[in-house]
Amino acid sequence: MGRLAAADREDRLLLIGLPILIGVVLIGWIIWRAVADLDDIEARLLTPASVLELTWQHLVIVAVCTVIVVGTAVPMGILLTRGPTRKLSPPIMGLANAGQAAPVIGVIVLLALLLGFGFWVAVLSLTIYAFLPVLANTITGLKGVDRSLVEAARGMGMSDMQVLFRIELPMAVPVILTGVRTALVLLAGAGAFAAFIDAGGLGELIQTGIVMFRYSVLVSGAILVALLALAVEWVGRLVEVYTKPKGLS
Amino acid sequence: MTENHTDTGAQIELIDVVKRYPGQENAAVDDLSLTVPAGETVMFVGPSGCGKTTSLKMINRLIEPTSGQILIDGEDVTTKDATELRRSIGYVIQGGGLMPHMTVAENIGLVPGLLKWEKRRTRDRADELLDMVGLDPSTYRDRYPRELSGGQQQRVGVARGLAADPPVILMDEPFGAVDPITRQRLQDELMNIQAELHKTIVCVTHDIDEAIKLGDRILILKQGGRIAQYDTPEQILSAPSDDFAADFVGSGSKLKQLSLLRVRDLELVRPVTCRVGEDVDEVVARAEEAGEQSVIILDERDRPLEWVFLRTLRRHSTVTDPERELHTVVDHRSTLADALDSMLVSSHGGAMVTEGGRYIGVISYDTVTEHIRSAQNGES
Repeated sequence: MGRLAAADREDRLLLIGLPILIGVVLIGWIIWRAVADLDDIEARLLTPASVLELTWQHLVIVAVCTVIVVGTAVPMGILLTRGPTRKLSPPIMGLANAGQAAPVIGVIVLLALLLGFGFWVAVLSLTIYAFLPVLANTITGLKGVDRSLVEAARGMGMSDMQVLFRIELPMAVPVILTGVRTALVLLAGAGAFAAFIDAGGLGELIQTGIVMFRYSVLVSGAILVALLALAVEWVGRLVEVYTKPKGLS
Repeated sequence: MTENHTDTGAQIELIDVVKRYPGQENAAVDDLSLTVPAGETVMFVGPSGCGKTTSLKMINRLIEPTSGQILIDGEDVTTKDATELRRSIGYVIQGGGLMPHMTVAENIGLVPGLLKWEKRRTRDRADELLDMVGLDPSTYRDRYPRELSGGQQQRVGVARGLAADPPVILMDEPFGAVDPITRQRLQDELMNIQAELHKTIVCVTHDIDEAIKLGDRILILKQGGRIAQYDTPEQILSAPSDDFAADFVGSGSKLKQLSLLRVRDLELVRPVTCRVGEDVDEVVARAEEAGEQSVIILDERDRPLEWVFLRTLRRHSTVTDPERELHTVVDHRSTLADALDSMLVSSHGGAMVTEGGRYIGVISYDTVTEHIRSAQNGES
């Protein structure tokens, strides 16, 4: 665990503390579920199979959105830091800011009215929502690379592509990954809204709980979403610590 | 060192080179013509904004000239692919410019890697170069730059510039970021390396003393890259072409001429030496017989360890390794100016002289002052 020992205090604390917290709360909920006196509707909604199914749907939404966000925001960040496309940086950053500032529930409902209900519309709205942190951190990370090192690399005969992939991106990885982790956590939380347009996920427990006045179901949904977000945060940090190029302090 | 034809430098010619930035009235470099002979070290000096760095970077086309020709070994660099061109020119920058996410060996192997050398050859070359710049390969090859001192990083930077054995090496204020003692050592090492390899080196510096010490020729530039003087250090010191050049060289040119003389040019004295483990009484007897108050301790490979007074030596019964860092050692190729520097911190009025790390004698303060006095008398 050399990597863990080298991580900073905040990372170490969270990497060890988060799984403990998640485990304790989850076990607490499972015990409650086993001993609580539930009516028919509650019991049917909270069967292990149904909870696992909803968790899986939630994770799929988060994963698909993350792949799309990383796949679009990182290349866009790269384009916006070089050549003639650099001029487009302010308007696109403005759009990304607006995307994050607009309430997710509003965006989801609006897009659903325009495009219809379902999985892909939820994914689209959440992608818009989580785009900014990855884009902004990609740009910040790339701009943070020491210009004299970039020039040294060019001076040694690296092509622009080689400079990008062998010098700039590796050195920007820690900053970009912090953006990805932020996006992941945003997605895990906001993913609950997907249920409002029939896209599934743990949000369904919350929604059903509200509609049917079953507060035990509502609170269970909220707890599980929160635990999922924390778990995603933990995985994100783990990835950050273990993918950080050696030699970067 | 294996292929002799690439070992030595190539001639660089700048012909009517102009660099003009859009929106600026005056050209950054205006009509610069210059020949750098193969195998020589040419130092570009001048006030900031004189275009010395711009001129340097036009040679490897990090900056594209607006007009004019730059020939390396007779070939116009502007007709070549810029990336290909740069792989055939060594480039060393201030602070070393090492990539922080790559190990020392990976940094040195960058250009060989771009040239698609075999892995094994690249690795052997990195070890060879680490040796050359005075870093033990087994200790340093797998370290990351942040684990090295500033001087060590700069050494690796020099090694990286030499990696693919380029005929031409460009250096941009290579030793500007290290402390004076380290800088002096790095300069000495560079001179040793250059004495062996005979590359064509173009080096930008703001330090006229460094230029005098390292340069076979010095180019003094004025604003706009106009040549104030391009000549040997001796000529520049003794016959500056105009007030600008004279001002730039500055006062104390007598003292600066000490940078032109090497320690090996003067006679060395040879005080009594001894080895670790010898009986102190015997050593003391030997020194007293020679009428001396101090002896020099050498290790088993003839490297000087310490210069001690007899009274210090007497504290033990056998000669022990003092295990201190020595500051009063100079290479026989060092300049007298550097040697004087070292002598100032010595309590023995001299500095130990080494050749390839082995002790060969002592240069004394008296010898140097005597030399200055006779030189002055000879001139007036």
